Amino acid sequence: MENTSVDVDQPHSMGTTIIGVTYNGGVVLGADSRTSTGMYVANRASDKITQLTDNVYVCRSGSAADSQIVSDYVRYFLHQHTIQLGQPATVKVAANLARLLSYNNKDMLQTGLIVGGWDKYEGGKIYGIPLGGTVLEQPFAIGGSGSTYLYGFFDQAWKEGMTQEEAEKLVVTAVTLAIARDGASGGVVRTVTINKDGATRKFYPGDSLQLWHEELAPVNSLLDISASSPDAMVS
Amino acid sequence: LQVMDSAPVENSLMSSESDIQRTQYPYVTGTSVVGIKYKDGILLAADMGGSYGSTIRYKSVERLKPVGKHSLLGASGEISDFQEIMKYLDELILYDNMWDDGNSFGPKEVHNYLTRVMYNRRNKFNPLWNSLVLGGVKNGQKYLGSVSMIGVHYEDNHVATGFGNHLARPILRDEWHENLSYEEGVKLLEKCMRVLLYRDRSAVNKLQIAKITEEGVTISQPYSLKTFWNFSAFQNPTVGAEGSW
Repeated sequence: MENTSVDVDQPHSMGTTIIGVTYNGGVVLGADSRTSTGMYVANRASDKITQLTDNVYVCRSGSAADSQIVSDYVRYFLHQHTIQLGQPATVKVAANLARLLSYNNKDMLQTGLIVGGWDKYEGGKIYGIPLGGTVLEQPFAIGGSGSTYLYGFFDQAWKEGMTQEEAEKLVVTAVTLAIARDGASGGVVRTVTINKDGATRKFYPGDSLQLWHEELAPVNSLLDISASSPDAMVS
Repeated sequence: LQVMDSAPVENSLMSSESDIQRTQYPYVTGTSVVGIKYKDGILLAADMGGSYGSTIRYKSVERLKPVGKHSLLGASGEISDFQEIMKYLDELILYDNMWDDGNSFGPKEVHNYLTRVMYNRRNKFNPLWNSLVLGGVKNGQKYLGSVSMIGVHYEDNHVATGFGNHLARPILRDEWHENLSYEEGVKLLEKCMRVLLYRDRSAVNKLQIAKITEEGVTISQPYSLKTFWNFSAFQNPTVGAEGSW
């Protein structure tokens, strides 16, 4: 008896791996790019790192709809706040706005956020906002379903005062590791680096990421292997 | 904007019968808080763990906070609700200061305020999911109390939340006495926290101890306790009974 039905009517959820890391001069935010509805990958190249202001971005996880609407509201409020304030909003204010929405609607929302950015008062800052609406300022934060595979990795690999290159490498390695083991994470790795000079987006296509245990380097076809090595087909 | 309300009003026309009830469940939680009276005031202890279900997700959460000049609050349970309670208390203290009448809320008043807040939320089936320990000194009078998420409140020489009630209180009933010195008090709290570390799955080995006296509040830097595993009985416990534990 075949069992081929796929539930495409499940709500869009970003299984996800999201990461935010501070370094000496700013922050690096990273995420995978898989959005799934049940077992189907609805979007294999999503952008989960969303801009709130020129200097503050947010990594979204959990329900795609909930995280999008929350970040839309935060962007809306921050825009007005910036006009009133007459200068760029601080990362702390952005994080608190996100917290207010998450906390006051905790019965209805299912979204975990990592707010990260740079302002002239505090420099680079990362705020984790898990389910429930707690805000915690952290030197680094991980979230999403893929993050369960990264606690041990960060316990061992994290260091205070990294350079931008070290921080970006750490984030890309971490997301790649999570993608390797979490079915709900996949696709490409996106990063956004934010410092006093602004925000820079980077893109690491899925086939350029390093390989781990039991993973093989991809080839065009079996035929290419057979051509170069006669005992590729072993009976 | 409606999304910003903390308790949006719904009448029976807008909501179905099933969501009149509310109660939630906690997400990020802190474990036990222990408090004792000593000669000069109050000592509180709490670890810095924030658990997410069975995962120990955060290990630097400050669960002891000063309230005004005369009180200290320690919280276990949902951290986001504790952060909200601190906002309520900061507002309460601000209003108290604005009276500028030479009087300021002591620990007894703050404890009573918290009791009312917790009980009223419980009556609306929308609790703040915390157990709180409130301690302080005012005009030489020491005060130590607790409030639970349903508004049950106590005042005593030693209090605790969660596992602390089962593991720490018995130790305190045996070893607490009037006029403990600061050193004796800290050692006693550390004894309690060590037992909690051994026996509470959600405990983490990074804690703070807070002191409040007539002079004011001090909260220690985070530190870790030594643990002891070198007992002969731990060496080969299943010799003679293989497969047991």
